[in-house]
Amino acid sequence: MKLSSFWLWAAVIALLGAALTIFDIVPVNAFVYFAGYVVLQYVVLATAWNIMGGYMGYVNFGTAGFFAVGAYTSVVLYNLFKAPLLLMIPVSGIVCGLLGLAMGYLTLRLRGVFFAIATLALAIVLETLVINWDYVGGATGAYILRDREIAPFGDYIEFLFFTMLLLAIFAVGVARWIERSKAGRGIAAIRDDEEAAECAGVPTLKLKLVATTVSGFLMGVAGAPFVLYVGFVEPSSAFNLVYAVNSIAMPMIGGATTWVGPLIGALLLGTVQQVATVTISSELNLLIVGVLLVFFVIAAPEGIVGLVRKWRRSGDDG
Amino acid sequence: MFSIELLLNALVAGVLLGGFYAAVSLGLTVSFGQLNIVNIAHPAFVILGSYIAYMCNSAWGLDPILVGLAFAPVFFFVGIGVYRIYYESFERKDAEALRGLAFFFGVMFIIEVGLILAYGVDFRSVQAPYIGQNWKIGGIGVPTRMLVPFCVSLTMFGAVYLYMSRTFNGRAIMAVAQDRLALQLMAADPVRIKQLGFGIGIGTTAIAGALLIIIIPIEPSVGRLYIGQVFAIAVLAGLGSIPGTLVAALVLGVAESVVSTFFGPSWAPAVAFGILLLALAFRPQGLFGR
Amino acid sequence: MTDDGAARGVLLDARAVTKRFGGFTALDEVSLGVRTGERFGMIGPNGSGKTTMINCISGTLANDGGEIFFKGGKLDGRKPHERTRLGIARSFQIPKPFRSMTVLENLVIPLEYATHTGPAEISERGMSILETIGLADRAGENSGKLTQIDMRKLELARAMATEPELLISDEAMAGLSSSEVDDILEILFRLNGEGITIIMIEHIMRAVMRFSERIVVLDAGRKIAEGAPDDIVNDPEVERAYLGE
Repeated sequence: MKLSSFWLWAAVIALLGAALTIFDIVPVNAFVYFAGYVVLQYVVLATAWNIMGGYMGYVNFGTAGFFAVGAYTSVVLYNLFKAPLLLMIPVSGIVCGLLGLAMGYLTLRLRGVFFAIATLALAIVLETLVINWDYVGGATGAYILRDREIAPFGDYIEFLFFTMLLLAIFAVGVARWIERSKAGRGIAAIRDDEEAAECAGVPTLKLKLVATTVSGFLMGVAGAPFVLYVGFVEPSSAFNLVYAVNSIAMPMIGGATTWVGPLIGALLLGTVQQVATVTISSELNLLIVGVLLVFFVIAAPEGIVGLVRKWRRSGDDG
Repeated sequence: MFSIELLLNALVAGVLLGGFYAAVSLGLTVSFGQLNIVNIAHPAFVILGSYIAYMCNSAWGLDPILVGLAFAPVFFFVGIGVYRIYYESFERKDAEALRGLAFFFGVMFIIEVGLILAYGVDFRSVQAPYIGQNWKIGGIGVPTRMLVPFCVSLTMFGAVYLYMSRTFNGRAIMAVAQDRLALQLMAADPVRIKQLGFGIGIGTTAIAGALLIIIIPIEPSVGRLYIGQVFAIAVLAGLGSIPGTLVAALVLGVAESVVSTFFGPSWAPAVAFGILLLALAFRPQGLFGR
Repeated sequence: MTDDGAARGVLLDARAVTKRFGGFTALDEVSLGVRTGERFGMIGPNGSGKTTMINCISGTLANDGGEIFFKGGKLDGRKPHERTRLGIARSFQIPKPFRSMTVLENLVIPLEYATHTGPAEISERGMSILETIGLADRAGENSGKLTQIDMRKLELARAMATEPELLISDEAMAGLSSSEVDDILEILFRLNGEGITIIMIEHIMRAVMRFSERIVVLDAGRKIAEGAPDDIVNDPEVERAYLGE
C-alpha cells in the first residue's frame, strides 16, 4: 500500500538511528552526531516554516523567535525543577503553539508583506523581553548542566541526536499528513486566494489558526533541546537570524509546496553548512546560503522539486 | 528617577534621534510606500553606507558626511541595478509579492554576511571634529554628534521632498503605484519611473549610513534592528507620505529616547517593534493614511 | 411576469442595508427582495455600490446597518463560508482561480468544503459541472493559464460546485466578445432552468435586459429604481444616473 510506505521508511530510519545510538553497531565519531543534530533540527524548522509559508503563503520571518521561545521554555523548566528533556519538548511545543495561535489571529488584520514584517517585529520584541528577564539569565545567558552520559545511549549527544531524529520524522510526517488532507487542500486554496477560498466554503480563519499553531508547535519542539545541546544559551544565539534565514531558504531551495522540498533543502543545505563550517568558515557558508536563496527565488521559484518535475516532464515528452 | 530636566534631555535627544530616523526611513518611504516594493534590505544598505564611510574615514581621514554624499550617486546606480533584477525576476512576471520579499531578505543577509567577512563583528566608528563635543543649553545636553546628523538629515529630507513635489519625475514617482492611468496620460514609462524612485531610495542610504556611524559605533548585524524603525515609521507615516515620515520619525525618536532614559536602553529596541506591531494591528493605514 | 414572480417565495430579503467606509456611505438603506427561481438584475454606474452590496450578501463585508435574510434565516454575523454552505454562491468580477491547482481541483475545494459530496463522487461531480459549463476539456489544465473567457467560466463552475440556491454573478461578462457574452448568458439561463436563483450584476445592458425578469438600479449607494426591464429603460431617473445631468 502506498500510504504506508512513507511510515515504513520512517520506521526503518528510526530503527537505524536507534541501532546507531543505542547499540553502537558502527562506531561513529561524536562530531557526526553534533553535526547531524543541527541538520535534523533544520529539517524540523524548515518543515514547520513551510506549513505556514509554503502551504499557506504566510511568510514568517520570526522563526528565530519561536525557536528561542522553545529553548527558553526549557530554561524556565530547568530552573524550576530540573525538568527532563522529555517534558521540555512537549511544554515548549505547547508554549510556541500558543504563540503561533496568537500569530494566527494577526492574520485577521494583516496579510502578505505586512504580516511578514509583523512576524519579524514579534521576534525582536520577544528577544527584548528575554534580554530583560533576569530569571532566564537576561542578556548574559543561562547555563544548563547536562549529564555526560545517559542510559541506554551512552554519550548524551547520541541521545539528543536520536531525539531530534524522531522529532524530524514526526514533523515531516505531520506536514505530509496535512498536505494530503482536506485541511491541506483548504490551506492551499488560502494561499492561492483567501477571499475565493472563503467563498468556496473554506473556513479560512480556522485553517489559518490550525496551520500557525502546528507550525509554532513544531518550531518550539525544535528549540526545546537546544539548551542541552549547547549547554549555555544566550539571547543572541537563540534568536539568531540564521534560523530565520535557513528556515526560509531551505524550503525555497527544496521546493515550498510539498513536504519533500523542505526535507531536501534542509538535508542538503544543512549538511553543506556543517561541512563548510569546519572546512571553510562559518561566515562564508552563511554567505552561500544567502546567495543560494537569492539565486533560487530568481531562477528556480519551484525549487529543486520543481526542477526535478520539469526535467521528468520533458523526459516524458521526449 | 524622574525629573523635569531628565525629561527635557530625553525629549531633545529624542527629537535629534528622530531627525536621524527620518533620514534612514526616507528611502523606504519612497520604495515601499510609493513604489510598493518591500525592500526589507533597506537597513542593510544603510549599514553598507556606514561601512563605506568608515573605510574612507579610517584610510584617508575623509569626512564621513562628504563620503556619504559622494557615494549617494553610486548607491543610486546600485539601486537601479537591484530594481532591474527585481523587475525582471518578479514584477514583470507578476510573481507573488512574497517571492520578492524573500529576494530582499536574501540580499539583506548577503550584505550582512559580506560585511562580517570583510570587517568582522567588532564595532567600528569614525573620527570627525564634530564627534565628541557636547553643547549645554540651559542644562540640556546637545551632543554635536547628534546635532550634525540631525541637520544633514533634515536638509536631505527637504531636498527629496522638493524633488518629489516640484519636479515632473518626482510627481510621477508619487503617482506610479497609485495611478497607472495618470502616469500613462503623463506619457511616462512606469518601469523607468520606478527604477528612478528605487534608485533615489537606495541613494539616500549612503548618506543615512554615514550619519548612523557618526551617531553610534556599528557592527554588521545592527541593520536588522533598524528594520523595526524604518518599517514602523513607514507604516505610521501612512505609506508614502513624506511629511508623514518626518512626523512619524520624530514620534518614534522621542518615544525611544524617553523609554531608554526612564526604563533603560535595553528596552529601546522593543519600542519601535512594539509600535510597529500595534500600528499594524490597529491602524495599518497609518497616522496619515489614505 | 411579475404576477408569476409574486407567487413564488422570497429567497433573499435585504432590508435597509447600509455600509460606510469612514465618512463615505457606499450603501444607503438599500432594500431588495429576490424570489426563489428568479432572474434578478442589478445595474448602476461605476461606484454605485453594486459590488459592495454583493460583498454584504456574501459576507466578505459586514453591513453597518440593516438586516439580510436568506430562506427566512438571518445572515448578519455569519461568516462568508457559512453563507456559502447555506446556499449563496458568488463569482468574482476579477477571476480569482486557485492558481496552483488544475481546473478540476478548483472545484474539489468547494465540493469538499461546501457540499456533502462523498469522497468517491467528488471528481465525477466536478467533471459533470465542468461539462455543464463547457470546461470539461480543460479539466487537467493549470487554472492560472486559462483564457479570459475560460476563467469566467471557471468562476461560474466553482460557484456551481458549492451547490447553491442563489448564484450571484458579478460582471461575469465584462471584457468578453459578443459571442462569448452569449455563451455565458446561455450558461446562466440553463442554470436558472435547473432551479437556481440568479442575481446578475452587469454593465452590458443588452445582456442584463435580456436575462433579467426584474432589475434594481443603484446610484451613489441608493436604490433609485426597481421593476421589469422595460420599465427601467424608460425610467427618467435611471436615464439621469447613467447619462448625467
